[in-house]
This record gives sequence, C-alpha cells and structure tokens, in this order.
Amino acid sequence: MNLITAPLRKANPITVLILGICSSLAVTAKLKPAIVMALSVTVVTALSNLVISLIRKGIPSKIRIIVQLIVVATLVILVDQFLKAFMYDVSKQLSVFVGLIITNCIVMGRLEAFAMSHAPWESFLDGIGNGLGYGLILVIVAFFRDLFGSGTLLGYQVIPQGLYDFGYVNNGLMILPPMALIIIGIIIWLQKPEEEK
Amino acid sequence: MMDTLGIFFRSIFVDNMVFAYFLGMCSFLAVSKNVKTSFGLGIAVTFVLIITVPVNYLLDKYILSEGALSWLSPAFADVSLDFLSFILFIAIIAAIVQILEMVIEKYSPVLYNSLGIFLPLIAVNCAILGASLFMQEKHYDTVFQSLAYGFGSGIGWLVAIVGMAAIREKIRYSKIPKRLQGTGIAFIITGLMGIAFMAFLGISF
Repeated sequence: MNLITAPLRKANPITVLILGICSSLAVTAKLKPAIVMALSVTVVTALSNLVISLIRKGIPSKIRIIVQLIVVATLVILVDQFLKAFMYDVSKQLSVFVGLIITNCIVMGRLEAFAMSHAPWESFLDGIGNGLGYGLILVIVAFFRDLFGSGTLLGYQVIPQGLYDFGYVNNGLMILPPMALIIIGIIIWLQKPEEEK
Repeated sequence: MMDTLGIFFRSIFVDNMVFAYFLGMCSFLAVSKNVKTSFGLGIAVTFVLIITVPVNYLLDKYILSEGALSWLSPAFADVSLDFLSFILFIAIIAAIVQILEMVIEKYSPVLYNSLGIFLPLIAVNCAILGASLFMQEKHYDTVFQSLAYGFGSGIGWLVAIVGMAAIREKIRYSKIPKRLQGTGIAFIITGLMGIAFMAFLGISF
C-alpha cells in the first residue's frame, strides 16, 4: 500500500524528484485534457513497469534502454490509438503530447530505478502510484488555470454570470503556458515544510 | 527561401521549445546550474536535432504518411503507416545518438570529452522527440524547411538554457525565502522568462 501512497506526497515525482515535467504542462490549460493525460501516463507507467519487471532477467544490461524504449513506445501507441478512436476531440487537443509520454522521465525513471530490480506485482503498484502522484499535480495545476483563466471546470461555467456583469474579467494570463510553471513553483513552496518534518 | 528563414527564426523565438512547449524540462532544470555545462548540453542538443529532424522528415514523407509508399507501387497508394511513427522515430533517435557517440569518440576525443557525457542523456530528452513530432504535424514541404526547424529549435533551446544558467549563477547571492530555494525558484524563473519570451509572439514572419 505504501508503494501507492508514497509517490502522492513524500516522493512525488514532479514536486520532489523533478521528473516528468517535460511533456505535459502544456496540457494543463483545461481540466479535461489534464485528466486524460494523467490517466494515460498512469496506464503506461503501470503496464510498462509490469512488462519490464516480467522480462527483467532476460534483458542484457547493455541494450536495456532500447528495450525499455520499445516497450514504452508500443504501449504509448496503444494509448494513442485508443484515444483517437474513443475521444477524438481530446486527442486533438493533446496532439503531440501523447507521443511525448515515451520520453517522459517518470516512465523511464521508474523502469530504471524500480522495475529492473523488483517483482512484477510491486512494480505494477509502484507504476500506479507514480502515475497518480504525477496526475495529482497535473490536475491541481489544471484546476486553477481552468478556473481563473476561463471561469469553467470541465466545460461547465462555474463563476456565476452575475460576477461578470459586475465587472469581473477572466485572467487571461492563466491561459498562457508560463503560468503553469509558476503554479508548480508555488506548490513546491507550500509542500516543502511538510517533508522536512 | 524566405519561408525557410521564417521557420528558422520562428522556432527560435516564438515556438521556443522550453518556454512555449516545456520540452526538455528535466535536463533543463537539472543541468542549468552553471553556464559552461549548459552551453555544452545546448550544443549537443542542437547537433542531434540538426540530424534527427531531417532524417525523420524523410522517413515520414517516404514511408510513414498516407500514400507515401506509392513510389514503390501504385497499389500502396492508400496505405498509411502513421501509427508506427512513435516507435520508429524514437528508434531512429536512439540509433543516431549511439552512432554519433561512437563517431565522435573515434575522431575527436576533445569534442567527446565535452559533449560525450551528455549524449546518452539526449536520447531520452523530450525536446528531441518533440521536435520530430511537431515537424510531422506541421507538414513541411521540403527537407530544408525541416532542417531549418530542427536547427532553430536547437538554437532556441540553447538560448533558453544558457540564459537560465546565467540567472541561476547570479541568484545564489540573493535572498530567497528558505522553502523556495533550489527547484521552487527555478520553476518561477522559468515561468517569468517564458512570459518575457511571449513578447516575440507579436512578430510575424
């Protein structure tokens, strides 16, 4: 159980280990793509951890990076085709960022650091935990950007029309990509004292 | 010609890899502690981009995209191997990085000493795969345009990481709230630099 809960806070891949920021912050302008992205990454991390852990004894250590990349790329192709088939509009919004899950440092990092030396079931749980820890941050960032940037959540208007009539204006700055980084900086700021205890 | 030049400058300033798409952030934050190493990594990234983007462009144009195989036989005109692009792109990138490492090690030990340590890192750098995927999405007409895109993206990344490293070298002497030190402030600086780069959005090429 600890394998799943630890990455959510104490060993969060984004805010503590600084992994996997690369590909995905650009998808946090709206809540829905962020949730889809978080689920995709969780699925890919968990399954690739499982597969690599099952075959870990047969992989020659010299070419292990290539083997890992091939496994991950195959899983990502499956996820991408699934999204294209069942959630076409979201898949359009995510565009290249689904493909970039392949080079997401969380996936590779967990394969190297955990799956290569642990049993399949543990690796699977570790994958789920890390995927969720990553997804948690994505969803938090997307929540604030969506709420303050467009006044909506999941496509529903949350901020009442009365406020707009009163002169409230959406904060356009929140839509711009750099704000995602600043929000993460603030999350790290708030989270720090907790881990020091 | 003007188009190619436009793509080059656009990919440096407007579509900057780091500030507009957050690509290559992992190594960007981990390595940008001093200017010299950042410069080395930036050059290595540019180098790999110049080679991988055009190669992947040719791969996409003549093998992967819809109807691309029709030069083999007209019967293939409606075959699309699009779904294979992720796995082939990443395989090509890993292979090219490996070959580059061997070639540089053999012919230029000096260059190898400065670039060599970064090359294995680069195979899994999102900026490299990202550039290939964006190139695929933008449907360039000629291989030169894709070359310009790869080169420009590399230079853009180099500019970003060297600027960041310079700021981080200076910031060591300033008073930062204790909890914000290290990664926290690095994120916020990157965000502010990103806002500054947004100024280039108004320029149209």
